[in-house]
Amino acid sequence: MTPLALNRRNLLIAGGSVLASGVLAAGTSGLLLPARAEGLTPTESMTGGANNYRKGAPIVERIGKGGFWMSGTVRRAGDGAPLAGQRIQIWAHTVEGQEHEPQSHGATLTDKDGAFRLEMPQIIPIFGQPHGHLAYDSGEFKTVFLRPIMRSAKDTSLKAHFVLQPA
Amino acid sequence: MQGQQRFLIWAALAVAIGMPIALAATSEQLAWRGPVYILAGFAGIIALGLVLVQPLLIGGVLPGLSAYRSRRIHQWIGGALAFAIVIHVAGLWFTSPPDMIDALTFSSPTPFSPFGVIAMWAIFAVALLAALRRRLGLRLRTWRFIHIPLAIVIVACSVVHCLLIERTMETVSKAALCVLVVVATVKVMVDLWRRRALRGESIAQQ
Repeated sequence: MTPLALNRRNLLIAGGSVLASGVLAAGTSGLLLPARAEGLTPTESMTGGANNYRKGAPIVERIGKGGFWMSGTVRRAGDGAPLAGQRIQIWAHTVEGQEHEPQSHGATLTDKDGAFRLEMPQIIPIFGQPHGHLAYDSGEFKTVFLRPIMRSAKDTSLKAHFVLQPA
Repeated sequence: MQGQQRFLIWAALAVAIGMPIALAATSEQLAWRGPVYILAGFAGIIALGLVLVQPLLIGGVLPGLSAYRSRRIHQWIGGALAFAIVIHVAGLWFTSPPDMIDALTFSSPTPFSPFGVIAMWAIFAVALLAALRRRLGLRLRTWRFIHIPLAIVIVACSVVHCLLIERTMETVSKAALCVLVVVATVKVMVDLWRRRALRGESIAQQ
């Protein structure tokens, strides 16, 4: 019988391998998740996302004088294919106006990679949180309203992603 | 109590309430906000200041006031607190009705909203019961049995509500005021409870 040597080196190796297998397991399950049979799940509307929405804001080069970037992607539920030419409407309380005011609203279209990017005035915290609003509301897919929150009120950009399902 | 000590207590109270209001008034954010929203915000800050005064009055901490007068002022300030909350909610409703409706129906995305709404209903309940106390024939013991738990709810929920809100108050003065509110409430309630326990003991010994 070989005596079990309980020294520091053996313990470190054993501990390390346990840790590594744990990390590996967590990592692979995370990687495998989107490839499951049901595919990419659609984005749910966020509570309060539709607040102060004005339907049909014009497509603009830039909202107001700009200085802040709202960006994100639009993909199809299931296979995750990028959706080009989708209209995304954006609004927020900014240095140039309150949330409900028309000049605070604008829309843009996604490019061939399903990405959108619209310059707008700096968002400022209102109702206790610095946040923006985005809407997909064009009919082809189910309507989605998002209300992302900025990590810091000093941030000069914000991202939001849509995964849409057929209406 | 010496004159100097009296002055210090009143001065400390004035700073504890006045400083957060003054610092909020210098916020750069005010430039981008509408007057009604600003009014609503300050009504909320003043309400938090009034919540600090309430236990101090009942605990007899404030010098120069008799127990009777402290109690009368406590009642008036309770009314003022309810009024400040009405201004706070009405102003926010005017600024953005959908956000206020979300808050009042407990379906708001902001985590501080339900705390504010619970504190509001507790404040309204105390104010209403206080106004009707005689008519309802509530005895002092019954009244305390109702008021003390509601007061705890008001203090706890108001403090959490304020602490979670970003960029209406300056952070340090806000935290300091919240700590004072909690400390004052706990101290006064423990003192009252002890005093009553002692009284109960002396009655039992007779």
